[in-house]
Amino acid sequence: MQVSMTVNGEPVVSDVEPRLLLVHYLRDVLGLTGTHWGCDTSNCGACVVLLDGEPVKSCTVLTPMAGGHEVRTVESLEQDGYLDPVQQGFIECHGLQCGFCTPGMLMSARALLDANPKPTDDDVREAISGQICRCTGYRSIVRSVQWAAEHPDPVPAPEPAWPAGTVGGLS
Amino acid sequence: MQVPAPLEYVRATSVSDAIGLLERLGEEARIIAGGHSLLPMMKLRLATPEYLIDVNDLHDELSYIRRTGSQLRVGALTRHRELLESEELVEHFPIFRDAERVIADPPVRNRGTLGGALCQADPSEDLSSVCTTLNASCVIRGSAGERVVTMEEFYRGPYETAVGPAEMLTEVRIPIRRGGSNAYAKVDRRAGDWAVTAAGAALWLDGGADGVIADARVGLAAVGPSTTGIPAISAALQGRPPSAEAFAEAGRIAAESCSPTTDGRGTEAYKRHLAGELTRRTLATAYQRIQEREVLG
Repeated sequence: MQVSMTVNGEPVVSDVEPRLLLVHYLRDVLGLTGTHWGCDTSNCGACVVLLDGEPVKSCTVLTPMAGGHEVRTVESLEQDGYLDPVQQGFIECHGLQCGFCTPGMLMSARALLDANPKPTDDDVREAISGQICRCTGYRSIVRSVQWAAEHPDPVPAPEPAWPAGTVGGLS
Repeated sequence: MQVPAPLEYVRATSVSDAIGLLERLGEEARIIAGGHSLLPMMKLRLATPEYLIDVNDLHDELSYIRRTGSQLRVGALTRHRELLESEELVEHFPIFRDAERVIADPPVRNRGTLGGALCQADPSEDLSSVCTTLNASCVIRGSAGERVVTMEEFYRGPYETAVGPAEMLTEVRIPIRRGGSNAYAKVDRRAGDWAVTAAGAALWLDGGADGVIADARVGLAAVGPSTTGIPAISAALQGRPPSAEAFAEAGRIAAESCSPTTDGRGTEAYKRHLAGELTRRTLATAYQRIQEREVLG
Protein backbone atom coordinates (compact mmCIF):
# COMPACT_ATOMS: atom_id res chain seq x y z
CA MET A 1 0.00 0.00 0.00
CA GLN A 2 1.06 3.57 -0.61
CA VAL A 3 2.08 5.53 2.49
CA SER A 4 3.08 9.17 2.66
CA MET A 5 4.47 11.02 5.63
CA THR A 6 6.95 13.72 6.53
CA VAL A 7 10.34 12.53 7.71
CA ASN A 8 12.75 15.15 9.05
CA GLY A 9 10.80 17.85 7.27
CA GLU A 10 10.83 16.13 3.87
CA PRO A 11 7.71 14.57 2.36
CA VAL A 12 8.22 10.89 1.48
CA VAL A 13 5.95 8.49 -0.39
CA SER A 14 6.56 4.73 -0.48
CA ASP A 15 4.84 1.54 -1.47
CA VAL A 16 5.16 -0.74 1.57
CA GLU A 17 3.72 -3.93 3.00
CA PRO A 18 1.24 -2.90 5.72
CA ARG A 19 3.06 -5.07 8.27
CA LEU A 20 6.35 -3.17 7.84
CA LEU A 21 7.37 -1.66 11.16
CA LEU A 22 8.31 2.01 11.23
CA VAL A 23 11.84 1.27 12.48
CA HIS A 24 12.52 -0.94 9.44
CA TYR A 25 10.92 1.57 7.09
CA LEU A 26 13.21 4.31 8.35
CA ARG A 27 16.33 2.15 8.24
CA ASP A 28 15.83 -0.15 5.26
CA VAL A 29 13.65 1.90 2.91
CA LEU A 30 14.77 5.45 3.67
CA GLY A 31 18.34 4.54 4.65
CA LEU A 32 18.11 6.51 7.90
CA THR A 33 20.15 4.08 9.96
CA GLY A 34 20.68 6.51 12.83
CA THR A 35 17.54 5.05 14.41
CA HIS A 36 18.74 1.87 16.03
CA TRP A 37 16.82 -1.37 16.13
CA GLY A 38 17.34 -3.13 19.43
CA CYS A 39 15.13 -5.44 21.45
CA ASP A 40 12.08 -5.59 19.16
CA THR A 41 9.80 -5.76 22.22
CA SER A 42 9.20 -2.08 23.16
CA ASN A 43 11.63 -2.38 26.05
CA CYS A 44 15.01 -0.96 25.15
CA GLY A 45 14.03 2.32 23.50
CA ALA A 46 16.93 2.39 21.02
CA CYS A 47 14.35 2.89 18.24
CA VAL A 48 12.71 5.98 19.77
CA VAL A 49 11.77 8.61 17.19
CA LEU A 50 9.40 11.55 17.45
CA LEU A 51 5.93 11.09 15.96
CA ASP A 52 4.25 14.50 15.79
CA GLY A 53 6.81 15.66 18.34
CA GLU A 54 6.23 12.87 20.88
CA PRO A 55 8.70 10.05 21.58
CA VAL A 56 7.46 6.65 20.38
CA LYS A 57 9.11 3.26 20.03
CA SER A 58 9.24 2.77 16.27
CA CYS A 59 9.49 -1.03 16.60
CA THR A 60 5.89 -1.00 17.79
CA VAL A 61 4.33 1.26 15.16
CA LEU A 62 3.26 -0.04 11.77
CA THR A 63 4.49 2.16 8.93
CA PRO A 64 0.95 2.90 7.66
CA MET A 65 -0.01 4.10 11.14
CA ALA A 66 2.53 6.92 10.69
CA GLY A 67 0.99 7.87 7.34
CA GLY A 68 0.02 11.54 7.25
CA HIS A 69 2.10 12.28 10.32
CA GLU A 70 5.47 13.90 11.01
CA VAL A 71 8.40 11.71 11.98
CA ARG A 72 11.66 13.09 13.34
CA THR A 73 14.78 10.96 13.60
CA VAL A 74 18.22 11.58 15.06
CA GLU A 75 19.44 12.64 11.61
CA SER A 76 17.41 15.84 11.98
CA LEU A 77 19.27 17.10 15.03
CA GLU A 78 22.32 18.51 13.23
CA GLN A 79 21.24 21.33 10.91
CA ASP A 80 23.42 23.35 8.53
CA GLY A 81 26.63 22.51 10.35
CA TYR A 82 25.19 23.18 13.81
CA LEU A 83 24.67 20.53 16.44
CA ASP A 84 21.54 20.39 18.55
CA PRO A 85 22.46 21.27 22.16
CA VAL A 86 21.55 17.72 23.23
CA GLN A 87 24.23 16.41 20.87
CA GLN A 88 26.81 18.80 22.25
CA GLY A 89 25.68 17.93 25.80
CA PHE A 90 26.42 14.25 25.17
CA ILE A 91 29.88 15.26 23.91
CA GLU A 92 30.59 17.57 26.86
CA CYS A 93 29.39 15.23 29.61
CA HIS A 94 30.39 11.82 28.28
CA GLY A 95 26.75 10.92 27.62
CA LEU A 96 27.63 7.96 25.46
CA GLN A 97 29.90 4.98 25.79
CA CYS A 98 29.11 2.29 23.18
CA GLY A 99 26.58 4.66 21.57
CA PHE A 100 23.88 2.11 20.79
CA CYS A 101 21.14 3.70 22.87
CA THR A 102 22.28 7.24 22.02
CA PRO A 103 19.93 8.07 19.07
CA GLY A 104 16.87 7.19 21.15
CA MET A 105 18.23 9.01 24.19
CA LEU A 106 18.90 12.13 22.10
CA MET A 107 15.36 12.12 20.70
CA SER A 108 13.74 11.66 24.11
CA ALA A 109 15.94 14.44 25.44
CA ARG A 110 14.97 16.75 22.57
CA ALA A 111 11.25 16.12 23.17
CA LEU A 112 11.68 16.67 26.92
CA LEU A 113 13.46 20.01 26.45
CA ASP A 114 10.90 21.14 23.85
CA ALA A 115 8.16 20.62 26.46
CA ASN A 116 10.14 21.50 29.58
CA PRO A 117 13.24 23.70 29.03
CA LYS A 118 14.28 23.50 32.70
CA PRO A 119 13.81 19.88 33.74
CA THR A 120 14.80 18.55 37.15
CA ASP A 121 17.04 15.49 37.32
CA ASP A 122 13.91 13.47 38.13
CA ASP A 123 12.18 14.86 35.03
CA VAL A 124 15.14 13.70 32.90
CA ARG A 125 15.19 10.26 34.52
CA GLU A 126 11.45 9.91 33.95
CA ALA A 127 11.81 10.96 30.30
CA ILE A 128 14.46 8.31 29.60
CA SER A 129 12.91 5.64 31.84
CA GLY A 130 11.73 3.68 28.81
CA GLN A 131 15.26 3.38 27.46
CA ILE A 132 18.05 1.07 28.41
CA CYS A 133 21.76 2.02 28.42
CA ARG A 134 23.59 -1.28 28.78
CA CYS A 135 26.81 0.58 29.52
CA THR A 136 24.75 1.92 32.47
CA GLY A 137 25.88 5.48 31.86
CA TYR A 138 22.68 7.01 33.17
CA ARG A 139 24.32 9.60 35.41
CA SER A 140 26.29 10.98 32.46
CA ILE A 141 23.18 10.96 30.28
CA VAL A 142 21.24 12.97 32.87
CA ARG A 143 24.14 15.44 33.12
CA SER A 144 24.29 15.69 29.31
CA VAL A 145 20.61 16.61 29.09
CA GLN A 146 21.06 19.17 31.87
CA TRP A 147 24.04 20.65 29.99
CA ALA A 148 21.76 21.03 26.94
CA ALA A 149 19.11 22.72 29.11
CA GLU A 150 21.71 25.24 30.30
CA HIS A 151 23.05 25.86 26.77
CA PRO A 152 19.94 26.05 24.56
CA ASP A 153 21.62 27.48 21.44
CA PRO A 154 22.85 25.29 18.55
CA VAL A 155 26.60 24.72 18.55
CA PRO A 156 28.91 24.71 15.47
CA ALA A 157 29.75 21.13 14.59
CA PRO A 158 33.41 20.22 15.10
CA GLU A 159 35.71 19.72 12.14
CA PRO A 160 35.90 16.06 11.19
CA ALA A 161 38.90 14.35 12.78
CA TRP A 162 39.92 13.07 9.38
CA PRO A 163 38.99 14.00 5.79
CA ALA A 164 35.67 12.91 4.33
CA GLY A 165 35.85 9.63 2.43
CA THR A 166 38.56 8.18 4.62
CA VAL A 167 38.34 5.82 7.55
CA GLY A 168 40.50 6.57 10.58
CA GLY A 169 42.75 8.76 8.43
CA LEU A 170 43.27 5.98 5.85
CA SER A 171 41.89 6.45 2.36
CA MET B 1 13.64 -10.03 13.53
CA GLN B 2 10.11 -10.05 14.86
CA VAL B 3 7.51 -8.90 12.35
CA PRO B 4 3.77 -9.49 12.22
CA ALA B 5 2.28 -11.94 9.72
CA PRO B 6 1.00 -10.42 6.46
CA LEU B 7 -2.12 -8.33 6.93
CA GLU B 8 -4.40 -5.80 5.29
CA TYR B 9 -4.64 -2.34 6.84
CA VAL B 10 -7.55 0.07 6.73
CA ARG B 11 -8.28 3.31 8.55
CA ALA B 12 -11.66 4.00 10.09
CA THR B 13 -13.10 7.49 9.68
CA SER B 14 -15.68 7.27 12.48
CA VAL B 15 -16.94 4.83 15.11
CA SER B 16 -19.80 3.73 12.87
CA ASP B 17 -17.34 3.28 10.00
CA ALA B 18 -15.14 1.09 12.25
CA ILE B 19 -18.13 -1.06 13.25
CA GLY B 20 -19.22 -1.32 9.60
CA LEU B 21 -15.71 -2.48 8.67
CA LEU B 22 -15.72 -5.06 11.49
CA GLU B 23 -19.05 -6.42 10.21
CA ARG B 24 -17.89 -6.52 6.61
CA LEU B 25 -14.43 -8.00 7.23
CA GLY B 26 -15.56 -10.62 9.75
CA GLU B 27 -13.85 -12.26 12.70
CA GLU B 28 -10.34 -12.01 11.23
CA ALA B 29 -10.45 -8.23 11.63
CA ARG B 30 -9.16 -6.46 14.72
CA ILE B 31 -9.19 -2.87 15.84
CA ILE B 32 -5.79 -1.32 16.47
CA ALA B 33 -5.46 1.83 18.57
CA GLY B 34 -2.12 2.41 20.32
CA GLY B 35 -1.03 -1.07 19.25
CA HIS B 36 1.30 -1.58 22.20
CA SER B 37 -0.49 -4.74 23.34
CA LEU B 38 -1.64 -6.07 19.98
CA LEU B 39 1.56 -5.57 17.94
CA PRO B 40 3.83 -7.50 20.34
CA MET B 41 1.27 -10.35 20.29
CA MET B 42 1.27 -10.23 16.49
CA LYS B 43 5.06 -10.37 16.36
CA LEU B 44 4.95 -13.52 18.49
CA ARG B 45 2.11 -14.96 16.36
CA LEU B 46 -0.11 -15.08 19.44
CA ALA B 47 -2.48 -13.00 17.33
CA THR B 48 -2.70 -13.16 13.53
CA PRO B 49 -5.51 -10.86 12.41
CA GLU B 50 -5.90 -10.67 8.64
CA TYR B 51 -7.21 -7.12 8.77
CA LEU B 52 -6.29 -4.27 11.05
CA ILE B 53 -8.72 -1.39 11.43
CA ASP B 54 -6.76 1.64 12.65
CA VAL B 55 -8.95 3.90 14.81
CA ASN B 56 -6.30 6.49 15.64
CA ASP B 57 -8.03 9.05 13.39
CA LEU B 58 -11.03 8.91 15.77
CA HIS B 59 -9.10 10.83 18.42
CA ASP B 60 -11.54 13.77 18.31
CA GLU B 61 -14.52 11.44 18.69
CA LEU B 62 -13.17 9.01 21.26
CA SER B 63 -10.57 10.83 23.33
CA TYR B 64 -12.06 12.85 26.17
CA ILE B 65 -12.49 13.07 29.91
CA ARG B 66 -15.76 14.80 30.76
CA ARG B 67 -18.12 14.99 33.69
CA THR B 68 -21.78 14.24 33.05
CA GLY B 69 -23.93 14.51 36.18
CA SER B 70 -22.53 12.08 38.74
CA GLN B 71 -20.34 10.25 36.24
CA LEU B 72 -16.94 10.83 34.74
CA ARG B 73 -16.91 9.62 31.16
CA VAL B 74 -13.61 8.69 29.58
CA GLY B 75 -13.34 7.97 25.85
CA ALA B 76 -11.80 4.64 24.92
CA LEU B 77 -9.08 6.25 22.78
CA THR B 78 -7.80 8.44 25.61
CA ARG B 79 -4.09 7.73 25.83
CA HIS B 80 -2.17 6.79 28.97
CA ARG B 81 -0.35 10.10 28.86
CA GLU B 82 -3.63 12.03 28.73
CA LEU B 83 -4.93 10.05 31.71
CA LEU B 84 -1.69 10.71 33.61
CA GLU B 85 -1.80 14.45 32.96
CA SER B 86 -5.53 15.04 33.51
CA GLU B 87 -6.24 17.28 36.51
CA GLU B 88 -9.95 16.52 36.32
CA LEU B 89 -9.25 12.82 36.63
CA VAL B 90 -6.85 13.18 39.55
CA GLU B 91 -9.27 15.44 41.41
CA HIS B 92 -11.80 12.62 41.74
CA PHE B 93 -9.62 9.59 41.11
CA PRO B 94 -5.97 9.96 42.20
CA ILE B 95 -5.83 6.16 41.75
CA PHE B 96 -5.46 6.77 37.99
CA ARG B 97 -2.30 8.83 38.44
CA ASP B 98 -0.88 6.28 40.90
CA ALA B 99 -1.41 3.58 38.29
CA GLU B 100 -0.33 5.54 35.22
CA ARG B 101 2.97 6.43 36.84
CA VAL B 102 3.88 2.74 36.93
CA ILE B 103 2.45 1.70 33.57
CA ALA B 104 5.26 1.08 31.06
CA ASP B 105 7.24 4.24 30.17
CA PRO B 106 6.68 7.64 28.52
CA PRO B 107 7.03 6.56 24.84
CA VAL B 108 4.64 3.64 25.40
CA ARG B 109 2.22 5.86 27.33
CA ASN B 110 2.22 8.27 24.37
CA ARG B 111 0.57 5.56 22.25
CA GLY B 112 -1.36 3.14 24.48
CA THR B 113 -5.04 3.79 25.20
CA LEU B 114 -7.54 3.11 27.98
CA GLY B 115 -9.80 1.09 25.67
CA GLY B 116 -6.90 -0.95 24.34
CA ALA B 117 -5.70 -1.72 27.85
CA LEU B 118 -9.14 -2.92 28.97
CA CYS B 119 -9.83 -4.92 25.79
CA GLN B 120 -6.48 -6.67 26.09
CA ALA B 121 -7.90 -8.15 29.34
CA ASP B 122 -4.50 -9.13 30.64
CA PRO B 123 -4.95 -10.40 34.21
CA SER B 124 -2.07 -8.20 35.37
CA GLU B 125 -3.16 -5.06 33.52
CA ASP B 126 -3.30 -2.03 35.80
CA LEU B 127 -6.22 0.01 34.42
CA SER B 128 -8.51 -3.02 34.53
CA SER B 129 -7.84 -3.20 38.23
CA VAL B 130 -8.41 0.56 38.60
CA CYS B 131 -11.75 0.39 36.77
CA THR B 132 -12.84 -2.64 38.83
CA THR B 133 -11.95 -0.77 42.03
CA LEU B 134 -13.99 2.26 40.94
CA ASN B 135 -17.01 0.17 39.89
CA ALA B 136 -16.76 1.55 36.36
CA SER B 137 -18.97 0.42 33.53
CA CYS B 138 -18.07 -0.09 29.88
CA VAL B 139 -20.01 1.20 26.89
CA ILE B 140 -19.87 -1.29 24.02
CA ARG B 141 -21.17 -0.21 20.64
CA GLY B 142 -22.33 -2.35 17.72
CA SER B 143 -24.48 -1.69 14.67
CA ALA B 144 -27.63 -2.35 16.75
CA GLY B 145 -26.68 0.33 19.27
CA GLU B 146 -24.98 0.61 22.63
CA ARG B 147 -24.99 -1.58 25.69
CA VAL B 148 -23.44 -0.87 29.05
CA VAL B 149 -21.82 -3.64 31.11
CA THR B 150 -20.18 -3.74 34.53
CA MET B 151 -16.50 -4.64 34.87
CA GLU B 152 -17.53 -8.07 36.22
CA GLU B 153 -19.55 -8.67 33.05
CA PHE B 154 -16.85 -7.17 30.84
CA TYR B 155 -14.20 -9.76 31.72
CA ARG B 156 -14.95 -13.29 30.60
CA GLY B 157 -11.47 -14.57 31.40
CA PRO B 158 -7.84 -13.93 30.49
CA TYR B 159 -7.64 -12.00 27.20
CA GLU B 160 -11.39 -12.39 26.74
CA THR B 161 -14.03 -9.69 27.07
CA ALA B 162 -17.74 -9.16 26.45
CA VAL B 163 -16.92 -7.13 23.32
CA GLY B 164 -18.26 -9.10 20.34
CA PRO B 165 -16.47 -9.52 16.99
CA ALA B 166 -18.41 -6.65 15.38
CA GLU B 167 -18.42 -4.36 18.42
CA MET B 168 -16.06 -1.88 20.01
CA LEU B 169 -15.55 -0.43 23.45
CA THR B 170 -16.19 3.31 23.14
CA GLU B 171 -16.35 4.70 26.66
CA VAL B 172 -15.72 3.97 30.32
CA ARG B 173 -18.10 5.51 32.86
CA ILE B 174 -16.99 5.98 36.44
CA PRO B 175 -19.46 6.93 39.17
CA ILE B 176 -18.44 10.00 41.20
CA ARG B 177 -19.38 9.54 44.85
CA ARG B 178 -18.87 12.12 47.58
CA GLY B 179 -16.78 11.56 50.68
CA GLY B 180 -14.21 9.22 49.25
CA SER B 181 -10.75 8.81 47.83
CA ASN B 182 -8.69 6.05 46.28
CA ALA B 183 -5.18 4.77 45.63
CA TYR B 184 -3.17 2.21 43.68
CA ALA B 185 0.08 0.38 44.34
CA LYS B 186 1.96 -2.35 42.57
CA VAL B 187 5.06 -4.41 43.03
CA ASP B 188 6.99 -5.06 39.83
CA ARG B 189 10.41 -6.50 39.14
CA ARG B 190 11.73 -3.47 37.28
CA ALA B 191 10.42 -0.04 36.25
CA GLY B 192 7.42 -0.23 33.93
CA ASP B 193 7.09 -4.00 34.09
CA TRP B 194 3.93 -6.03 34.51
CA ALA B 195 2.77 -6.36 38.09
CA VAL B 196 3.90 -9.21 40.29
CA THR B 197 0.80 -8.15 42.21
CA ALA B 198 -1.09 -4.87 42.31
CA ALA B 199 -3.99 -3.50 44.32
CA GLY B 200 -6.38 -0.61 43.95
CA ALA B 201 -8.56 0.60 46.81
CA ALA B 202 -11.44 3.05 47.03
CA LEU B 203 -12.87 4.19 50.34
CA TRP B 204 -15.92 6.30 51.17
CA LEU B 205 -16.75 7.68 54.62
CA ASP B 206 -20.03 8.87 56.14
CA GLY B 207 -19.74 12.26 57.83
CA GLY B 208 -16.21 13.33 56.92
CA ALA B 209 -12.81 12.06 57.98
CA ASP B 210 -14.07 11.28 61.50
CA GLY B 211 -16.99 9.24 60.21
CA VAL B 212 -17.45 5.53 59.63
CA ILE B 213 -16.78 3.59 56.44
CA ALA B 214 -19.76 3.85 54.12
CA ASP B 215 -18.19 1.63 51.47
CA ALA B 216 -14.84 0.19 50.48
CA ARG B 217 -13.80 -1.50 47.26
CA VAL B 218 -10.60 -3.33 46.40
CA GLY B 219 -9.47 -4.50 42.94
CA LEU B 220 -6.50 -6.82 42.52
CA ALA B 221 -4.34 -7.50 39.47
CA ALA B 222 -2.11 -10.47 38.59
CA VAL B 223 -3.52 -12.80 41.25
CA GLY B 224 -6.19 -14.64 39.24
CA PRO B 225 -7.44 -15.27 35.71
CA SER B 226 -8.94 -11.77 35.55
CA THR B 227 -8.55 -8.61 37.56
CA THR B 228 -10.91 -9.12 40.45
CA GLY B 229 -12.92 -7.09 42.91
CA ILE B 230 -13.22 -8.38 46.47
CA PRO B 231 -16.86 -7.82 47.59
CA ALA B 232 -16.17 -9.48 50.96
CA ILE B 233 -14.01 -6.47 51.89
CA SER B 234 -16.94 -4.09 51.38
CA ALA B 235 -19.11 -6.30 53.61
CA ALA B 236 -16.44 -6.51 56.32
CA LEU B 237 -15.64 -2.79 56.46
CA GLN B 238 -19.06 -1.12 56.12
CA GLY B 239 -20.10 0.73 59.26
CA ARG B 240 -16.71 0.45 60.95
CA PRO B 241 -14.47 3.39 61.76
CA PRO B 242 -11.42 3.59 59.50
CA SER B 243 -8.47 2.18 61.41
CA ALA B 244 -5.26 0.24 60.98
CA GLU B 245 -7.07 -2.85 62.34
CA ALA B 246 -9.88 -2.55 59.80
CA PHE B 247 -7.42 -2.14 56.90
CA ALA B 248 -5.33 -5.07 58.15
CA GLU B 249 -8.44 -7.24 58.23
CA ALA B 250 -9.22 -6.16 54.64
CA GLY B 251 -5.69 -7.23 53.73
CA ARG B 252 -6.25 -10.66 55.26
CA ILE B 253 -9.48 -11.05 53.30
CA ALA B 254 -7.73 -10.00 50.06
CA ALA B 255 -4.91 -12.51 50.63
CA GLU B 256 -7.43 -15.31 51.22
CA SER B 257 -9.81 -14.36 48.42
CA CYS B 258 -7.39 -14.19 45.49
CA SER B 259 -6.08 -17.10 43.41
CA PRO B 260 -2.47 -16.47 42.40
CA THR B 261 -0.22 -19.06 40.80
CA THR B 262 3.49 -19.65 41.21
CA ASP B 263 5.43 -18.47 38.17
CA GLY B 264 8.63 -16.67 37.20
CA ARG B 265 7.49 -13.53 38.96
CA GLY B 266 6.97 -15.13 42.35
CA THR B 267 5.42 -17.89 44.37
CA GLU B 268 1.75 -18.19 45.23
CA ALA B 269 2.52 -17.46 48.89
CA TYR B 270 4.52 -14.33 48.02
CA LYS B 271 1.73 -13.00 45.80
CA ARG B 272 -0.87 -13.64 48.52
CA HIS B 273 1.33 -11.74 50.93
CA LEU B 274 1.58 -8.86 48.45
CA ALA B 275 -2.19 -8.85 47.83
CA GLY B 276 -2.77 -8.46 51.56
CA GLU B 277 -0.07 -5.89 52.13
CA LEU B 278 -0.92 -3.76 49.09
CA THR B 279 -4.62 -3.84 50.02
CA ARG B 280 -3.78 -2.60 53.52
CA ARG B 281 -1.50 0.13 52.19
CA THR B 282 -3.82 1.42 49.46
CA LEU B 283 -6.77 1.59 51.87
CA ALA B 284 -4.56 3.55 54.28
CA THR B 285 -3.44 5.89 51.48
CA ALA B 286 -7.04 6.44 50.38
CA TYR B 287 -7.98 7.30 53.98
CA GLN B 288 -5.00 9.64 54.28
CA ARG B 289 -6.13 11.42 51.11
CA ILE B 290 -9.62 11.93 52.55
CA GLN B 291 -8.07 13.48 55.65
CA GLU B 292 -5.70 15.69 53.64
CA ARG B 293 -8.54 16.98 51.50
CA GLU B 294 -10.46 18.00 54.61
CA VAL B 295 -7.42 19.80 56.00
CA LEU B 296 -7.00 21.66 52.72
CA GLY B 297 -10.73 22.42 52.64
